[in-house]
Amino acid sequence: MILDGKAPAGPIETSWDKHRFDMKLVNPSNKRKYKVLVVGTGLAGGAAAASLGELGYNVEAFCYQDSPRRAHSIAAQGGINAAKNYPNDGDSIYRLFYDTVKGGDFRAREADVWRLAQVSNNIIDQCVAQGVPFARDYAGYLDNRSFGGAQVSRTFYARGQTGQQLLLGAYSALSRQIKNGSVKMFARREMLDLVVVDGVAKGITCRNLVTGEIESYWGDAVILATGGYVNVFYLSTNAMGCSVTAAWKAVKKGAFMANPCYTQIHPTCIPQHGDKQSKLTLMSESLRNDGRVWVPKKAEDCTKHPSEVPEAARDYYLERKYPSFGNLAPRDISSRAAKEQCDDGRGVGESKRGVYLDFADSINRLGQKTIAERYGNLFDMYEKITDENGYERPMRIYPAPHYAMGGLWVDYQCMSNIPGLFVLGEANFSVHGANRLGASALMQGLADGYFVIPYTITPYLASIEPGKVKNDHPEFKKSAEDVRSELDKLLLIKGKKTVGELHRELGSVMWEDVGMARSDASLKHALKRIPEIREEFWNNVNVTGNAMELNQQLENAWRLADFIEFAEMLATDALNREESCGGHFRVEHQTDDGEAMRNDEDFSYVAAWEFKGAGKAPELHKEPLKFDNVKLAVRSYK
Amino acid sequence: MNFLTNTVGRKILMAVTGLLLIAFVTVHLIGNLSVFAGPDSINAYAKALQDLGPLVWIFRLGMVALFAIHITFGIQLYFENKAATPDPYAIEKTLVTSFSAKTMIFTGLIILAFLLYHLLHFTIQVTNPSISAANLPLDAASRLDVYTMMVLSFQKVFISLIYIIAMIALLLHLAHGISSWVQTFGLSTGPSQDKVISIGKVLAIVYGLAYIAIPLLILARIVK
Amino acid sequence: MKLTLHVWRQQGPEDSGKLETYKADNVSPDQSFLEMLDEVNDDLIKTGKDPIAFDHDCREGICGMCSQVINGRPHGQQELTTVCQLHMRQFKDGDEIFIEPWRARAFPILRDLIVDRTSLDVVMQAGGYTSCHTGGVADGNALLVGKPVADYAMDAAECIGCGACVAACPNSSAMLFTSAKVAQLAVLPQGKPEAKRRVKAMTEAILSEGFGNCTNHYECEAACPKGISVKFIAKLNREYIKSMIPSSTE
Repeated sequence: MILDGKAPAGPIETSWDKHRFDMKLVNPSNKRKYKVLVVGTGLAGGAAAASLGELGYNVEAFCYQDSPRRAHSIAAQGGINAAKNYPNDGDSIYRLFYDTVKGGDFRAREADVWRLAQVSNNIIDQCVAQGVPFARDYAGYLDNRSFGGAQVSRTFYARGQTGQQLLLGAYSALSRQIKNGSVKMFARREMLDLVVVDGVAKGITCRNLVTGEIESYWGDAVILATGGYVNVFYLSTNAMGCSVTAAWKAVKKGAFMANPCYTQIHPTCIPQHGDKQSKLTLMSESLRNDGRVWVPKKAEDCTKHPSEVPEAARDYYLERKYPSFGNLAPRDISSRAAKEQCDDGRGVGESKRGVYLDFADSINRLGQKTIAERYGNLFDMYEKITDENGYERPMRIYPAPHYAMGGLWVDYQCMSNIPGLFVLGEANFSVHGANRLGASALMQGLADGYFVIPYTITPYLASIEPGKVKNDHPEFKKSAEDVRSELDKLLLIKGKKTVGELHRELGSVMWEDVGMARSDASLKHALKRIPEIREEFWNNVNVTGNAMELNQQLENAWRLADFIEFAEMLATDALNREESCGGHFRVEHQTDDGEAMRNDEDFSYVAAWEFKGAGKAPELHKEPLKFDNVKLAVRSYK
Repeated sequence: MNFLTNTVGRKILMAVTGLLLIAFVTVHLIGNLSVFAGPDSINAYAKALQDLGPLVWIFRLGMVALFAIHITFGIQLYFENKAATPDPYAIEKTLVTSFSAKTMIFTGLIILAFLLYHLLHFTIQVTNPSISAANLPLDAASRLDVYTMMVLSFQKVFISLIYIIAMIALLLHLAHGISSWVQTFGLSTGPSQDKVISIGKVLAIVYGLAYIAIPLLILARIVK
Repeated sequence: MKLTLHVWRQQGPEDSGKLETYKADNVSPDQSFLEMLDEVNDDLIKTGKDPIAFDHDCREGICGMCSQVINGRPHGQQELTTVCQLHMRQFKDGDEIFIEPWRARAFPILRDLIVDRTSLDVVMQAGGYTSCHTGGVADGNALLVGKPVADYAMDAAECIGCGACVAACPNSSAMLFTSAKVAQLAVLPQGKPEAKRRVKAMTEAILSEGFGNCTNHYECEAACPKGISVKFIAKLNREYIKSMIPSSTE
């Protein structure tokens, strides 16, 4: 099937304004008749629930954590982009649009990116109004810094906790609506099924994570804002509870998963130590503003103390390979370059999987106090984890899975191919193409939640009769039964392996074969191994306890079950995409000096996959991508 | 009158009454210390107070009100806080709080009990009538001989002990109370916090030792 | 390292719980505390026992989900550190470790080390926001905020809402948590119009949610993994006093 993204026609500069006028509205007095379910309360979901509640819709919001304030958006450190051009350094909406399309390696829908760039400025204003304490200069004006992949300073920040502050802003707006009664909050609930009636999304089935109760909720529209799926790699920078489950349940009900192979590997994470580690910790890539990345030129120097490696024996490989962007080269490029050095035997640290991030020059130039002011919390964090002082010896960093550019397929309205199912934030695929630029995830989450969905949901709602299907409909009963029997099935296996062990197995296959560099052979190997792991999981996993209690093993088990099925689709997508672009690097498709080679002729499309059952090949649907405004070009950061 | 049920409202009420009680404790101490200046001095002080007439009663009623508010809300807050912390930890550990902060309710109740005794002893003079000023001969200036009453009382170990124990309780109570009102009135800023706490403790020790000096020096026959 | 753990086990909110003893052999000093518990749990699962339930999510010290009292101290003995960032190199071979949940009436225990902190959300809902509409707000630079004020607000805003302050408080008071939000919004021009209403409503919610009263022990500040200062409680008190003084426009 050829998919239509329904992007508005006409000049891009007026596309969103014109489209806003063209969309149908819902009369203010009718809004309260509509019930909207919002799953996930991070930046996208929290902002959406608060904004829709304020507009007068009847909103019910769900999160698996104990409070909406804990969503993993909170962990974003560096900042949020906006085209304010406050520093007068040549920024504009058009430039942000251009940078994002180019940074995404020309695999995003232009109109969606334009809309994002346009509303980016409103986000900053909105957050300031909420009391988000952005960094200010002494005159009281908002401060900016530069970030990977951009040559202008357009990133707004709140120390090293920008994500936290923005999330708390959205959480405060949400709290206000909960108090007002327009949003009902259901915490410690996990969505375990999408209820589809006559092909239309009409509700969800949740498990109450405290009591084990299976609960049905009806809604005139369902919004998924459930984040990304990179915990499929087991070790990632995502929170332990981040999963593909909600999205995958939608996929199993017919929603298409778009570009799952676009995963971002973040370059500045703390390297893995030992095999008992449960997660990887990211340090903001803003560190690359003042830190210089290097490895020893000779492999035998790698075991020496870094201070014993003289300047001439160091290879500042990013500065060498990308003179104009240097240490600020985009994430995919920096990550791959680090892997190359380590594959070449020049990695540092016990595991040999690490490169130095050196602040000595900046400390000499600016003083340790300034560096501590900018990144103090990151140096503290580094020391807590590694027991090393980053001011005295260079930090060691290594790439780690961090963000999913792929996600559920949505059209320009943010609606999936299932009518009534909307998808926001990291959970959808729309704006980042094959690679996301730094400080753009926060921007997208809040754009979708505050300024896109409140408009784009209305034409759909205006076209349906509110409250027509409620949770007494037989589909709800059936869905609840299905969920119960699947959970019972998991509990009855009583095998020998723990969920954790199997997740580590899956993760190791995914990281080795479907990680930073993928080949035809590695992907075929993964596609052989994943079904074996699935087989073993359903025969040999040991889930303790029962279904009617707080049972964290059971939670982990269903999340892993979904990851395993999803992993196969991810690898299939990676195998299908015979090109290298952004976060997807196929070793067969590279230039002589190791740069990614895109194939616009054959792959300038969104790959949207339809699930056909576990173990069966998914069906590919394509949405062709057109670039009318940004000229397709080789993405060069040299 | 919402502040009478509000957690901060009542905290401020505790601080206001506490501060006024500290003022009273200060004035009372200065008056009492005149015992060291000899019989003439303290007897004159007592006479001057008595000559205030109805003003004394207004003052006394004010004091009753202050104490009543401070004690009632103190007890109420204590029980609310107890109810908020139903289960103790297996390992109880505190990091920065003090013995005096943890024992406010107990030192407070000791002071209350002492207060009643003190009134019966020196004001109503029913606990030791034989050595009460009312039953002692007037001094040379025909004033009640408060000085002799104090000296004869504190020469008794039992009475001195009651006073000394009560004044230790007062010391402890003030050790938390003095710095606490600075915080409660919102006057402390981060960096000055430690200094405020230290000054409060030093002042409490000054008050405590000064009060204790009276029975102690008499008991030791240094003041006769 | 070999360790002996005494862990609070409790089936559900209505059940009575008790400390149970487990051995953790083969602990690496580079492991985090939660990774050590993961391993203990793996062993429990393999012997057919229920693993220890504990809250955790981001494991990088920012989400505020993890909540354990370790040897009597919320988040353990390392200053300015959440449990998830506490590493085993802080312990010695042969140590005995007591692990308990947050204890407060406002935080009912759901299971083992997991407590219900909805009460903190309710305090926020009482007024921890500015009532701005989505859209229709002024340009971010229309309101100037001097760097010292922005820094002060940020110092307060760093609170992660974990509830360690409540767990540490001898009165189970949520005053530090509440004051951080009150102080943040009180100094920013955006928050000033609602400052009076906010401080009244939020402090009222403290008691109605079952927290205790603040009696200036300052244990909260000492236990806070983010170093939130009790100067914000002083600020809240001042805001409360200001709220009692009627202004000429009321």
